[in-house]
Amino acid sequence: MSEMMTGAEMVVRALQDQGVEHLFGYPGGAVLPIYDALFQQDKVKHVLVRHEQGAVHAAEGYARSSSGKVGCVLVTSGPGATNAVTGLTDALLDSIPLVVITGQVPTHLIGSDAFQECDTVGITRSCTKHNYLVKSIADLPRILHEAFYVAANGRPGPVVVDIPKDIQFARGSYSRPRDNQHKTYRPTVKGDLNKIRAAVELMAKARKPVFYTGGGVINSGPHASALLRELARLTGFPVTSTLMGLGAYPAADRQWLGMLGMHGTYEANLAMHDCDVMINIGARFDDRITGRLDAFSPGSKKIHIDIDPSSINKNVKIDIGIVGDCAHVLEDMVRIWRETSPQIDKAALTAWWTQIEGWRGRNSLGYKNTTDIIKPQYAVQRLYELTKGRDTYVTTEVGQHQMWAAQYFHFQEPNRWMTSGGLGTMGYGLPAAIGVQMKHPKALVIDIAGEASILMNMQEMSTAVQYRLPVKIFILNNEYMGMVRQWQELLHGGRYSESYSESLPDFVKLAEAYGGHGIRCSDPAKLDDAIMEMIETPRPVIFDCLVAKQENCFPMIPSGKAHNEMILPDFEGDTGEIIDARGKQLV
Amino acid sequence: MNTTHYPTAPQNQPIARHTLAVTVDNEPGVLARIAGLFSGRGYNIESLTVSETEHEKHISRITVVTSGTAHIIDQIKAHLDRLVPVHRVVDLTLQGEALERELALVKVVGKGEHRVEAMRLAAAFGARTLDASLTSFVFELTGSTDEIERFIKLMTVVGLTEVSRTGIAAMSRGPEAM
Repeated sequence: MSEMMTGAEMVVRALQDQGVEHLFGYPGGAVLPIYDALFQQDKVKHVLVRHEQGAVHAAEGYARSSSGKVGCVLVTSGPGATNAVTGLTDALLDSIPLVVITGQVPTHLIGSDAFQECDTVGITRSCTKHNYLVKSIADLPRILHEAFYVAANGRPGPVVVDIPKDIQFARGSYSRPRDNQHKTYRPTVKGDLNKIRAAVELMAKARKPVFYTGGGVINSGPHASALLRELARLTGFPVTSTLMGLGAYPAADRQWLGMLGMHGTYEANLAMHDCDVMINIGARFDDRITGRLDAFSPGSKKIHIDIDPSSINKNVKIDIGIVGDCAHVLEDMVRIWRETSPQIDKAALTAWWTQIEGWRGRNSLGYKNTTDIIKPQYAVQRLYELTKGRDTYVTTEVGQHQMWAAQYFHFQEPNRWMTSGGLGTMGYGLPAAIGVQMKHPKALVIDIAGEASILMNMQEMSTAVQYRLPVKIFILNNEYMGMVRQWQELLHGGRYSESYSESLPDFVKLAEAYGGHGIRCSDPAKLDDAIMEMIETPRPVIFDCLVAKQENCFPMIPSGKAHNEMILPDFEGDTGEIIDARGKQLV
Repeated sequence: MNTTHYPTAPQNQPIARHTLAVTVDNEPGVLARIAGLFSGRGYNIESLTVSETEHEKHISRITVVTSGTAHIIDQIKAHLDRLVPVHRVVDLTLQGEALERELALVKVVGKGEHRVEAMRLAAAFGARTLDASLTSFVFELTGSTDEIERFIKLMTVVGLTEVSRTGIAAMSRGPEAM
């Protein structure tokens, strides 16, 4: 069944057929026909952002808080497309499914340096999973649907569809493709059963096992998280997770060790270092996780489950690599474990847990609280306590506040935590929160922010006000780019080059200027009341939480060190002496 | 001692030359994707040959000769394989001694003894003479990369002025098709 329509109408129809409810975008000359088609329908709701980067992060937040849905963006040619590049790269590194439609100058002008022309497919080739330049109206319906397939299947990622203006005006026949199979792109989702059996055997013999889980479990859907919990219960093994995987396993559970990596807990990192069998489920041995590679978990056999074959053996040598979707592989793993009901070494496992409890006893997330000044850790802790039991989603910007949020805000469910992990994009949190709130209008959506990061996409406050999205921006304001300052303290002799946030705006007045509500708090005794005021305000809120200015984010594995060489919060000495000369050259 | 947060460069690991055959959808930009993958991830391309092989199906075959440690070669194959327009990636080097041929056009300019010697050498290598003038020849030679290298080296002595090479086309031996 095909229908005649214009290219612009096809775009809108394809979005409708793909079940898209919200589209984040910004109009411009090269997408006017599509905006005209949007105007004449009411199924797809357009959200007007204030900067194209914001549109992409909003779509990311939207996709991440609604497992399985593809986030959609519409921007114009030239600067519209180039402004989207940071968001695209962010989505590529964090494996977030997006379809980004960009306008392009008419076909006959491509390559002539026309007004607002740029080589969008050239520029975005390395920051998308795939991209298309549509050169014929006959290809448009197929490409649009293919874009959704590619974005969502296999390892998810951003896909750009660049549509010249003449193609938007051209008429052609639209039909929805019948089969959802791609002729070349067919990622492996079912794991190799022999390898899964071998993995179960290895796990059964483990004396000091650990599950190391990542964003792949979240991407695989809520079913994968449920299966992870089941497998953890069956085996009794400890579980740690990357920044990207928080929430897949409930933080309240006894088997949860907390986050691992550079700012992970002592128990998680030492369990990784000392384990004899590591089961990596949907994580990618990122350098923030492994620390010094030649000292990374030296005595363990490593199992790695990943949908992307290129992730296996990329950074770390793997003993059993299983290519497949986490949920599919976990399902087989749970089934085989049940069928074989292996005899695990209970005594060894008990001893392992005793060792872990010893590490846990170090209380690596402890900090010295005070009554005269708000400690940032305390602020996040209070925020967590006071929002417990509510339908809460948290986004973050990038820096110290992000790590404190990961450490002190505990997640019990997947898809509740949206943060820029791989790219580390300051300015991610506010637009992402807008995307989340769009999807979950009744939920409490909090962007835990820093005063420096928030200014990078502050303009999106206007979007929040326009669409009556009651997002809460909780700024841990220490007047520094805190993580930069911390690294300068550790690596550069405390010479705080350009990391002090001079001339900050009055965030309370700024909130009011945008039409939101502003709150400031600097007194620990008044913090709870102020947070409650924020929660109960049914409008966008900027909360300016004035915190201790020079607090460091610990625990930390410094540059050039291994998992068992962490700096703990009770470290007393010269922080400038921790990292040796060679470590200082690293990032 | 490695004190970095990043993997050190592999040391003392043998670097091998691999010939990969890649079938792709012949769509605009596919070559840029392949070339971009190699440059973006810091891999080497020693030779790259592309041509449409199945016209109706719009399928092209790309032959890439690359070099790297076994780990790098595995990564290259995994990354190529996950590109959306790629159908298949076959490592011809792993399959055994693959047939590898390239074609070279060689222009030689000279007079007298050099000219006669150029003719004799071309005949000895089995090169075809595509063009001749009173002062020049253009020879065509098909052969392994080594053979072509030897031919070019000799021709340099007798007045070589220009070379054009196709890069390698390769295929596995035996009845198995890709």
